[in-house]
Amino acid sequence: MARKFFSYFCISYLFWLLLYWPFGVDRIASLQGLLVGVPVAFLVTLLFGGVFARQPEKIFQAKRYFWFLYYVPVFIYYCVLANLDVAYRVLSPEMPINPGIVKVKTSLRSRSGLTALANSITLTPGTMSVDLTEDGYIYIHWINVQTQDVEKASELIVRPFEKILKRIFE
Amino acid sequence: MSEILGNILIGIGALFVLFGTVGLVRLPDLYNRLQAATKCATLGTCSILLGVIVNRGLSAVSMKALLCIIFILLTSPTAAHALARAAHISGVKLWNKSVCDQYAEDNDRKEETTK
Amino acid sequence: MELMPVYFGILLISSFLCLYRIGHGPTVPDRIVGTDILGIVVVGFSALMALSTGQDFYITVGLAWTLLSFIGTLALAKFLEGRGFDE
Repeated sequence: MARKFFSYFCISYLFWLLLYWPFGVDRIASLQGLLVGVPVAFLVTLLFGGVFARQPEKIFQAKRYFWFLYYVPVFIYYCVLANLDVAYRVLSPEMPINPGIVKVKTSLRSRSGLTALANSITLTPGTMSVDLTEDGYIYIHWINVQTQDVEKASELIVRPFEKILKRIFE
Repeated sequence: MSEILGNILIGIGALFVLFGTVGLVRLPDLYNRLQAATKCATLGTCSILLGVIVNRGLSAVSMKALLCIIFILLTSPTAAHALARAAHISGVKLWNKSVCDQYAEDNDRKEETTK
Repeated sequence: MELMPVYFGILLISSFLCLYRIGHGPTVPDRIVGTDILGIVVVGFSALMALSTGQDFYITVGLAWTLLSFIGTLALAKFLEGRGFDE
């Protein structure tokens, strides 16, 4: 319990630091910012601590951060690719689109992992997640449908992220 | 130097936002529009904010811009997802040249089994 | 070379394209999509304002606008699904 409370408190205090950024030139204002952050973060933890993450102790496992650092460039690469793809489809006069909604399967189970996967799918080339079922299927709107088979579509859309996200969130 | 790099990032971002909104106008149905616009507007705005960070260096403004990037990356796809689901449930049809709609097929099947 | 007016012009054109979709959208969800994207474009706009005027509070406006636009879109989506706001 105390450990849980402490991790919530750390997250809140980090947010306060980013918002206030008390490392400027003015010494007194800096000290003020650092001190006021403590009761604010404490109050926020007390009021909203139970609402968010289920297993906050995961934030102390360093291994996850290395995988996250590895995930960021992969994500940015796919994101830029997606934007060039959309720009090409939008700007070419005949609009080469071939849309449809397909179904893919994922093995992720934790809530934060599924959220991250759905968000990644939305921001990567030609795909957008529409709905999520309880037994691990995601319905995806695909702007250029290459296959309607569940296994092949999963291989094409989900695999590149799933491997990494599994190590971060599960 | 950092000013030039920031300006380049902002220019790329503004262009991508423009492409996204052109897609919003040109594409034929709601799901395609949502897809193109969400992708391009998200990366475009993130790129603009990144340009601001590069321009200003380490300061309070940069930290707020960083928070803004995190929030946009988290919220914008979620909003698109909620909107697509809501539109499908409220009965917006796909474009008539669409290839397949396995979501509607599965929903129909579920309704049949519950009847 | 002063590039800031060009950026503002591009973002202004983008916002007008969003407004076109809000005005002409054949269905209600189309209009909501237009509003959502307009919200994101406005965040970019306020970031540019912060940079060009040197007033730092504009970026805070953008930060608040991100979250409010997200909550607004979610509320409209739930309304569209025909569910209550408290689910």
